[in-house]
Amino acid sequence: MLSFLQSLPSPIAQGMIWGIMAIGVYITYKVLDVADLTVDGTLATGGAVLVVLTTAGVNIYIAMIVAFLAGCLAGFVTGLLHTRFGIPAILAGILTQLALYSLNLRIMSARANVPINWRMYDLIVSSRTDVLPKTILICAIFIVAIIGILYWFFGTELGHSVRATGCNQAMARANGINTDSRKIIGLIISNGIVALSGGLLAQFSGAADVNMGRGAIVIGLAAVIISEVVFGKIFKNFALRLLGVVFGGIIYYIVISIVLKLGLNANDLKLLSACVVALFLGLPYWKSKLSHKKAKKEKKGEKVNA
Amino acid sequence: MLEIKGVYKTFNPGTINEKKALNGIDLTLNDGDFVTVIGGNGAGKSTLLNMVTGVYPVDCGSIKIDGIDITNLPEYKRAKYFGRVFQDPMTGTAADMQIDENLALAARRGKMRTLRNGVSKKEREEFKELLKKLDLGLENRLTSKVGLLSGGQRQAITLLMATMQNPKLLLLDEHTAALDPQTAAKVLSLTDELISAGNITTLMITHNMKDAIRLGNRLIMMYDGKIIYDISGEDKKNLHVSDLLELFAKASNGEFANDRMMLA
Ligand SMILES: Nc1ncnc2c1ncn2[C@@H]1O[C@H](COP(=O)(O)OP(=O)(O)O)[C@@H](O)[C@H]1O
Ligand SMILES: [Mg+2]
Repeated sequence: MLSFLQSLPSPIAQGMIWGIMAIGVYITYKVLDVADLTVDGTLATGGAVLVVLTTAGVNIYIAMIVAFLAGCLAGFVTGLLHTRFGIPAILAGILTQLALYSLNLRIMSARANVPINWRMYDLIVSSRTDVLPKTILICAIFIVAIIGILYWFFGTELGHSVRATGCNQAMARANGINTDSRKIIGLIISNGIVALSGGLLAQFSGAADVNMGRGAIVIGLAAVIISEVVFGKIFKNFALRLLGVVFGGIIYYIVISIVLKLGLNANDLKLLSACVVALFLGLPYWKSKLSHKKAKKEKKGEKVNA
Repeated sequence: MLEIKGVYKTFNPGTINEKKALNGIDLTLNDGDFVTVIGGNGAGKSTLLNMVTGVYPVDCGSIKIDGIDITNLPEYKRAKYFGRVFQDPMTGTAADMQIDENLALAARRGKMRTLRNGVSKKEREEFKELLKKLDLGLENRLTSKVGLLSGGQRQAITLLMATMQNPKLLLLDEHTAALDPQTAAKVLSLTDELISAGNITTLMITHNMKDAIRLGNRLIMMYDGKIIYDISGEDKKNLHVSDLLELFAKASNGEFANDRMMLA
C-alpha cells in the first residue's frame, strides 16, 4: 500500500499531461460535436517539434509555443479537408493523421525515436522522482492557464458562435454564423492544445516517439467519459467541466498503474482502454433502447387494461 | 422588398427520387406585407422559404431583397436580412446554451463576432425586459439552458430572436404546428403582436386555414411547386374556409380529400 502511494505522483503527473490532451479532445468531441482523429498524429507532432527544437538549442518555452502552433496548423488542415473538400470529419482527421506520421518522421530526421536528456537541457517537466513535485506544479499551472483562457474565449462573441455551431448548425447559420469557419477555429484550438500536451509528454518521458500518440483519441475520450460519470452531476460550469476532464485523465492513469501492478500485460492496455471506452460510449444507446422497450410495454399494458 | 423571379428547384435530379419541389415561382412582397401561405403537404412551401434563406441553392431564377441580389449568397451571409422560426422547436435555438446566450447570438446576427463579451450586462437587462413581455416567467431564468424549456417556451424565445433586430423579412414555417392548441394560440398571438409592433414584412406558412384568413393582409396558396392563388385586401377579408377548399379542389382535381388541409 505504502509503495503504491509513493508511486502515485508519477501517474498523477502523467495523467495531468494526458488531461491537457483530453481538454483538446473535449473541445472537438463535446463543444464542436466532431470526433477528430487528427490528435493521434498531433500529439507526436508536438513532441517531435519540441524535442528537435530544444536539442537544436532553442529556448524551451519558445519550443513549446512552436509545438502549439504546429498543432494548430494540423487542426487547420483537417478543418480545410472537412469544410472545403467536403470530407466527413472522421475521415478528414484520419487523412491528416496519416500525413502527420510521415511529417513527424521528417521533423525527427527519419528517426522513430529522438531522446532528450534532462542533464543537457532545461526541461520544465520530467518523470524523475526528485523533480516530480515540481513537474506536478508546472502541469497544474498549465492546466489552470489553459482552462482560464478557454473559459474566457468560449464566453466571447466568437466563442459563443463556435459553441452554437457545435450545438445546432441550422440555428447558427440562421443567425449569420459561418459554421465552416467556426469548425476550423475549434479544430485549430483543439489540436494546438493536444500538441502542447505532446510537448510536455516528450519532456516527461525523455523522448519524442513517432508512435507516442497512437490511441490518444481513445485516452482522451476515456478521460471525458470518466469525468462525466464521476463529476457530471456536480461540475456544471464550463471551467469545472474542463477541470473534470483533467481529473478524468488523472483517474485513468491511476487506474492504469493499478491494473499494471496487478499483473496486467502492458501490451494489453490498449485493448482494455478500447473496451472500457466502447462500453461507456454504448451506455446511452442501450439506456435509450431499454426505456423505449419499457414505454412500449407500458403502452401495451394500457391497451389491455382499456 | 422581396422579389422572387422564375425560381425552380428539383431535388435529386436524374435519379428515381427526382422531385420537382418548385415549378416557376414568381412572388413580390411589398414593405409591411404580412402574407400567409397555405398548401398541402409537399406543395413546396418549406422549400420556398429555404430558397429565400439559402439553405439550398436555386436551380434557376433570382431572389432580390430591397434590390440586392442574394440568389448566390451563402446562407450565413444573407441571414442578416431574415428572422426565421422553424416548425420544430428544437431547430431555432441552441439547447446547450443559456437563454441569454441564445438571445445574444441573435442580437449579433449580421455583425462581426469579436473577442468582446458574448453577453453584455446591458443586454442582460434588455433581455429581461423582452422576456417579461412573454409572460412565461423566463425573465428570472436568464441563465437556464434552453434545452430545459418546453417546446412552446423555446418557440417564444425563437420568435424573440427572429424579430430582435427588426429583420427585413420574417419567415415562419408552421411554427405553431408542433405545439398543443393552447400554447399554439399563445405563440400565434405573440407573433401577431411582434409583427405589428415592428411593422415587419412577414411570410408565414400555416396549415390552419382559419389563421391564414384571419391574420395578415395577403394570402397565397401553393400546389405542386406553384403559386396557384394570391389574394389580398378586402377580397381576403371576405374569404371563407369553404372558398379555399373549393379552390384547392379545383387545382388538385379532387385529390385533396386525403390531404391534411382538410383537417385544419
Ligand atoms: N432536402 C430535400 N431532399 C429531397 N427532397 C426534398 C427535400 N426537401 C423537400 N423535398 C421534397 O420537395 C417537396 C416539397 O417539400 P416541402 O417544401 O417541404 O413541402 P411543404 O413544406 O409544402 O410540405 C416534397 O415532395 C419533398 O419531399
Ligand atoms: Mg413544410
